[in-house]
Amino acid sequence: MSKEAILGAIRRGLRRGPLPADQALLLAARLERHPRHLIPARARLPRAEQIALFVRHVEKEFGTVERVPDAAAVPAAVADYLAAQNLPARLVRAPHPELDAMPWSGRPLLAVEARAAGPEDAVSVQHAFAGIAETGTLMLPSAPERPTTLNLLPDTAIVVLRASRVVGAYEEAFDLLRAERRDASSGGFMPRNVMLVTGPSRSADIEQTLELGAHGPRRLHVVLIEDDPAARAGGAAAPSPQEG
Amino acid sequence: MPQLTSPAFKENAARALADAALQRALSGSRGAFLARRQAAIAALPEFERLREIGRDIKNHTLAHLDFYLETYAANVEKAGGTVHWCATAEEARAAVLGICRRVGARTVTKGKSMISEELGLNEHLEANGITPVETDLGEYILQLRREPPSHIIAPAFHLNREDWEASFRAAHTDLPRERVFRERRDILAEARARLRARFLAADVGITGANFLVAETGSSVIVTNEGNGDLTQTLPRVHVVLASIEKVVPTLEDCCALLRLLARSATGQDFSVYTTFSTGPRRAGDRDGPEEYHVVLLDNGRSSMVGTPFQDMLRCIRCAACMNHCPVYGVVGGHAYGWVYPGPMGAVLTPSLVGVDKAGHLPNASTFCGRCEAVCPVKIPLPSLMRHWREREFERRLTPPVARSGLRLWAWLARHPGAYRAATRLAAGALALLGRGRGAFRSFPLAGGWTRGRDLPVPEPGGTFLARYARAQREGRA
Repeated sequence: MSKEAILGAIRRGLRRGPLPADQALLLAARLERHPRHLIPARARLPRAEQIALFVRHVEKEFGTVERVPDAAAVPAAVADYLAAQNLPARLVRAPHPELDAMPWSGRPLLAVEARAAGPEDAVSVQHAFAGIAETGTLMLPSAPERPTTLNLLPDTAIVVLRASRVVGAYEEAFDLLRAERRDASSGGFMPRNVMLVTGPSRSADIEQTLELGAHGPRRLHVVLIEDDPAARAGGAAAPSPQEG
Repeated sequence: MPQLTSPAFKENAARALADAALQRALSGSRGAFLARRQAAIAALPEFERLREIGRDIKNHTLAHLDFYLETYAANVEKAGGTVHWCATAEEARAAVLGICRRVGARTVTKGKSMISEELGLNEHLEANGITPVETDLGEYILQLRREPPSHIIAPAFHLNREDWEASFRAAHTDLPRERVFRERRDILAEARARLRARFLAADVGITGANFLVAETGSSVIVTNEGNGDLTQTLPRVHVVLASIEKVVPTLEDCCALLRLLARSATGQDFSVYTTFSTGPRRAGDRDGPEEYHVVLLDNGRSSMVGTPFQDMLRCIRCAACMNHCPVYGVVGGHAYGWVYPGPMGAVLTPSLVGVDKAGHLPNASTFCGRCEAVCPVKIPLPSLMRHWREREFERRLTPPVARSGLRLWAWLARHPGAYRAATRLAAGALALLGRGRGAFRSFPLAGGWTRGRDLPVPEPGGTFLARYARAQREGRA
């Protein structure tokens, strides 16, 4: 059996047999603790600056951000964005409870369906699990209420993110997953798919020059709900209040 | 197996140097990655410290590779996936074909995977009546052109824009004549439109993996186009091709390495899509594959463990070494004659196919050391190339004339008096002969050396040792 052959060859190279039980226990303990390594200083900012950094990084990567005061303002912001981009007022959105609770019917001309995306869909509205300031990255874990195809198939991807869910580093976003998710069948916290998305799709394959609009969305628009008092204070132009 | 032309490296390199279009593509492409990498690293003051951390994470993993592979495989299975342990390329090809046949696959979409190149998977699938479709833009055009990639992250590094248009016109025969491909975005739009239908029709999606996470049983892919994600999300079956050294212990270890990868590769802070896949579709999920398989390939890597070449197993395939290599920069990737070009290929290829066949590669180096200086996991690439040269010498694979030359050199190096006399004589004679020329394009009896290189004419003023001694006397050194 090849498994035994491969493991045997590795052990011969390491000049030992299977790992002794005490050493295996130490490694298992490391997995259990999953210690963090160095977190760059840019990810360890006061709250307001962190949110401003997230916005700056999304824009640096050719995404756009619109801040809205509360969840109720999202449908209007989405409808206005589509109008401004000359896009049809038709979209498919994640069947997520937070999006379900938004007043979509307040915009009667906007056609909204809650489901996974298909090839015919031009615009999606996805729910973000977290935002990561370090690089302006959205964490989009798959779930029945957060289908993966919404991140990929439509030309225009709109993502709704609460400012209170912006963290500094990737590790903090994974900690939220560890704390909040538990899979019924496997008992693990990892969903089938976790996408970390930073800007709209692009390719550098032609003459090594970045060109937007590859196989994924051509546009990535983040609607940021300012449900965190620090988010309001942390506008890019506003002076940032000192913490602690 | 993919065709191996590494034994003909010298001929390959000579052809590459004479290929004007290739030289244009190489010099046009080279600068872009370097400048972007510089800027990305300048914006992250911790980068040097992160390189050490990356090296240590990989060393820790390799020292316990058996444990982490078993842990990884157990966690894939806990999440409902299947792991196929494959000692050889042949076993891996059979495993993939077996999955495709069992589910009755007719077309297979593919994300970019160097392991697939190592397996020669496309040819194998085609020979068995299954149509593979490369979906990475660079891999797609190479599939149209029936060429192998020339770079590990930018497969079409050797092509110019007009090559793209010509290949698209030749393959997409229904294209209207008036359709223009003046801009890169025209090319991108055409590929996107063509491949959409392929993504939706495929029965199986095959991707590579940048990392495997033992703690969670996840495979990780890093892309900019989104093609890898469409490949692993839409078809009924997802097959991951990964080699054994891709495993890391935890998500935290993976995050530390991800901070190095994109910056070293394309000079981005982070790639557009970094995606963790863990098993098949869960209860209630509205999309995602119903089956999840990992083809875990050894293919000679386990025999590198415990040797000096174990360091090479740290490689995260960022391509910084080849982007910074003066040799790769003029001969391009195809000259190396197998899957992996540049400095990392010069070390890895002899390990995987034998130094008897790939011995030229570690010799095609100036030992300038830039590859090691930019490597995100600090692989001592020049020393490893030197190890191969020594093994080649020990195994008497070096040609007799070169062996005598090396022996003569070794004798001179051990006899400083004779060394000084000989270099004084040679430098003086060469300076005299080459006055006003700058460099020799050819030299009697040294044709083997000057065929691929110029021999600089020594500057006037004597040997280095003589000039150094003079400078010291004059108090300048």
